[in-house]
Amino acid sequence: MIQVSNVNHRFGERAVLTGINLSIRERRVGVIGANGSGKSTFARLLNGLLIPDNGTVIVDGLDTREDVKAVRRRVGFVFQNPDNQIVFPVVEEDIAFGLKNLKLPKHEIAQKVDTVLAKYGLTHLRDQAAHLLSGGEKQLLAISAVLVMEPRYVVLDEPMTLLDLRNKKLVLDTIHTIEQPVILITHDLDHLQDFERVIVFDEGRVVADGPPREATRRYTQAMA
Amino acid sequence: MLSLYVPGGSFIHRAPAAVKLLILLIGSAALFMVSSIPVHAAELVLIAGLFHAARLPWRDTVRQLRTAMILLIPIFLFHVFITDWVLGLETVLRILVLLLLAVLVTLTTKPTEMIDVLEAAARPLRHVGVNPSKASMMLSMVIRFIPMMMREAQEILEAQRARGLDRNAIALLMPLLIKTLKMADDLSEAIEARGYDPEPVVPVWRKKG
Repeated sequence: MIQVSNVNHRFGERAVLTGINLSIRERRVGVIGANGSGKSTFARLLNGLLIPDNGTVIVDGLDTREDVKAVRRRVGFVFQNPDNQIVFPVVEEDIAFGLKNLKLPKHEIAQKVDTVLAKYGLTHLRDQAAHLLSGGEKQLLAISAVLVMEPRYVVLDEPMTLLDLRNKKLVLDTIHTIEQPVILITHDLDHLQDFERVIVFDEGRVVADGPPREATRRYTQAMA
Repeated sequence: MLSLYVPGGSFIHRAPAAVKLLILLIGSAALFMVSSIPVHAAELVLIAGLFHAARLPWRDTVRQLRTAMILLIPIFLFHVFITDWVLGLETVLRILVLLLLAVLVTLTTKPTEMIDVLEAAARPLRHVGVNPSKASMMLSMVIRFIPMMMREAQEILEAQRARGLDRNAIALLMPLLIKTLKMADDLSEAIEARGYDPEPVVPVWRKKG
């Protein structure tokens, strides 16, 4: 479970999150909100990329303020722009990067890389230069590179924003296959229809929280 | 530009990077000890055979050598006019063998495998405070991000051209710098998110006890 309690966060003078209290236990949680509403900041709190100015974020009993490394191991994070997430020049090497950080033995790394490449249909690209992949392939690589580390939760920060329709579908289908609980930040309400819960952010506050139909109705009203 | 590695399954591709780099190192030194046109010509034939065995596309090889070839012509001409053409031919053959050998290793070895070897070779430098793991990470990222930076620069140039500004280095520099800093910021977040945590290195003179 992820427990966010009394969280406030500022960037300089601007309050980006105010009074956030949430418990996340569901397998599929969507987060929506206008640009600048605080949803990406919220996502970054969940795996300790940001530590809140006030309040706590607890993941399975681990406080991001005290056990940030353990939290990052539990919460995988996929960024909006895969170009900024792919660290190594070749596909299989990038997938292996996180596993090397976990200090796994070489044979285990090789086996896990093989499995994840096959699972997400990237085997034919294993030796390819990452910068030559299509947008969808890059995002699949970024997702695979996170999933290979077998996190307990996966947070995806607008992973389909930069993609065309075909690649959006490819990535969305992949997200549906993820076994772990998923927290998906998105602008696209259609992506959340099957989700158990949708949280709506506006000006740094949670303004709606519930089943997709009700939450997206509130969001659409607020955007009108 | 930096995606020089050409995937393949030949025995040269499969050979450990350390062995290939060692052969390149020893071969380069030996080249300058031998002074014989027939030997260098035989080496060229051998390397051509290795290129064939590695099934490397000639296009990639020629692209790697194009700039160097332009330099070989003046070197040869210099010897023709200043010393003698035999010495010129020998020098050119020697440089060509060296270049081809280096290109062969580059095209058949994954960049990270090479970096792993360099990291292992740099391990003794830990005693003087150099962190080989950080250095190798830096090298990998340079290889990964140079093509991206070139693409960013191209996009900025196109945007400027579309608004009527012709090629202007200063006008390119500032937006490129800002984009690069943003990219570096995003990248450091991504690396942290994937658990990067290199072991700290302490130089011998700072160790206690």
